[in-house]
Amino acid sequence: MHAVYRIIRTALHALRRNVMRSVLTCLGIIIGVAAVIAMMEIGQGSSSAIQSTISKMGANMLMIVPGQAQASGVSFGNGTRVTLTPGDCKAIIDECPAVKEAAPNVWSRLQIVYGNKNWDPNQMYGTTPAYLDIANWQLAAGQNFSDHDVQEANLVCLIGQTLARELFDGDDPVGKELRVKNVDMKVVGVLAAKGASMTGSDQDDVIMAPWTAIKYRLSNTMLGNVNQSAVAAADSLTAINTLNGLYPSASLSLYPTPSAIQAADAPQAVRFPNVDRIYVSARSAEEIPAAIRQITSVLRERHRLRAVEDDDFEIRDMTEFTKALSSTTTLMTNLLLCVALISLVVGGVGIMNIMLVSVTERTREIGLRMAVGARARDILRQFLVEAILLCMLGGAAGIIFGRGSSLLVKAFLHWPTEMSIPAIIAAVFVSATVGVLFGYYPAWKASRLDPIEALRFE
Amino acid sequence: MDLIRLENIYKTYHLGEVDVPVLKGVSLSIKRGELVALMGASGSGKSTLMNLLGCLDHPSSGSYWLDGEEVSGLSSDQRAMARNRKIGFVFQSFNLLPRTSALENVMMPLIYAAKHLSEREMRTRAEGLLHRVGLGDRMDHEPSQLSGGQQQRVAIARSLVNHPALLFADEPTGNLDSHTSEEVLRMFQQLNAEEGLTIILVTHDAEVARHANRVIRIRDGVIDDDNARITDPEIAQVAVMAG
Repeated sequence: MHAVYRIIRTALHALRRNVMRSVLTCLGIIIGVAAVIAMMEIGQGSSSAIQSTISKMGANMLMIVPGQAQASGVSFGNGTRVTLTPGDCKAIIDECPAVKEAAPNVWSRLQIVYGNKNWDPNQMYGTTPAYLDIANWQLAAGQNFSDHDVQEANLVCLIGQTLARELFDGDDPVGKELRVKNVDMKVVGVLAAKGASMTGSDQDDVIMAPWTAIKYRLSNTMLGNVNQSAVAAADSLTAINTLNGLYPSASLSLYPTPSAIQAADAPQAVRFPNVDRIYVSARSAEEIPAAIRQITSVLRERHRLRAVEDDDFEIRDMTEFTKALSSTTTLMTNLLLCVALISLVVGGVGIMNIMLVSVTERTREIGLRMAVGARARDILRQFLVEAILLCMLGGAAGIIFGRGSSLLVKAFLHWPTEMSIPAIIAAVFVSATVGVLFGYYPAWKASRLDPIEALRFE
Repeated sequence: MDLIRLENIYKTYHLGEVDVPVLKGVSLSIKRGELVALMGASGSGKSTLMNLLGCLDHPSSGSYWLDGEEVSGLSSDQRAMARNRKIGFVFQSFNLLPRTSALENVMMPLIYAAKHLSEREMRTRAEGLLHRVGLGDRMDHEPSQLSGGQQQRVAIARSLVNHPALLFADEPTGNLDSHTSEEVLRMFQQLNAEEGLTIILVTHDAEVARHANRVIRIRDGVIDDDNARITDPEIAQVAVMAG
């Protein structure tokens, strides 16, 4: 320990004898390390900024769609099976720890009338209040509808910016009543602008309402997508089915029609609800795979699928998209890092240069040290330690400059930067390595000097 | 007992194809406590002999006992240790480390020699020696702030810091004026007389050699004349030649 201290002190002393040159020698390393640190910090900052942007765009979002129906080998396409229910949605929320929120979704497409204007919005969503959180959608005015509205199938809605512009033309839509299929629907909030989607459709051309209201009070599809027993039950209640005449099979009854008394004794629910989709948000982007696993097992159990059966639903995520974006930033960061590392190597070459000059210049000193008893390895060690110290000091200064410049970039250019501990560790390690690599040759040269020649050197 | 004993030392340099014999069978012995002048013209082999005696080089053949130890066959690292423990050097051009205080300069050899010493002991030893050479008030001065004579005295203090048995002075007064030369030479005589330090003055200057008790002359690689005292006519003769 004592010896190490002495060696370092001797080296520091030698460096102090020519401060200006030592500083200039370090400059290459300082710039190199500063560049590495700044690149890493800016790179890390932008990649986490991109990540948060992606998650705002809904990268944590999963979409569950029903599977496809097949009859006699004819596929009807995804979503043609009717398997998802609001119960599934609730079960997902309750039983999947990796899931933050889930919201059912039903679609419709209806004309909206206000005063003397009308508009046919691109999307008409029936959902729950949680959907706004899942889609990361803010309100520009008013407030969200409530769970109570969903329960009561209240005719309230949120409208997108395009709708507000087309129908209200500058008036405040909140509190106004729209007409949909001759039913009044109250606007409780206006959604913030979201612009075009990734595929180019206008996301602001939207109206959102409790799914119960859309499904049971507005949409025609009330009983269109329910199962056989539901159709049968509906038939028994309404006895209105225009298709009965065309397809006699519809009237084919497997069970005896219950009498009025039986029906009164055991009232059957006619709301056999199914939803078109369920939107789910995972707790974080990392938990998406876990969420997918949990949802799959919950839904398989609820749908009573045997092990041999395929899933009757499909879960989609945006992993590919996230991957593409983050791989772009990673690539850029690595590219910049390569450039920075090259400058570090150039700095190392600079150190070697100056150390070689220094060895020549200090030939007599080396001769003297050898004359008073320094062995070749003492000389080697001294010059090596000097080179390493130069690099380490340069590295330390570089870390400070790198941090400083990344802070400046943050302050003046408002680029996101993030402190990177691995970068600092790497910088220290790399500058020590550069010191050893490029300091070794001059030090070796010094140690090989002949004391007699060295003492005579002019 | 002899401090130095050389037996039939040869040294031949190989310059490409040509062999240049420089020392051709030198034998000599020097006792402890002697103050010897090694004289010779340039090209006589004087420097080569000094390098061999100072363990800076090894002979081509022959034996060299230094302080009872055969050193002619040592490796360069072992010779470094021998120089460190037994020999002090004073050079014509002082060879002090620039921009380094006198004290640090004197302490320098201890880094390699006395690793067991604490910082404080090193400092005390160096300070004592600087006091001895009369520079007790200049310990913090750097070489550039010292006169030639003072620098040479710092160099002497440095050569003594390891308590060597043998002190080599290679043209110690070559860069000094006659007055300071006299001072420095007095100091050598004093060290020799008071401490019994064995000193070898390597010089071509008869005036310097006159301060020694014994003069060894070397010419063409062999010892020409040993144990001669410098006589006054010779000095006059040298003076005439120099003049």
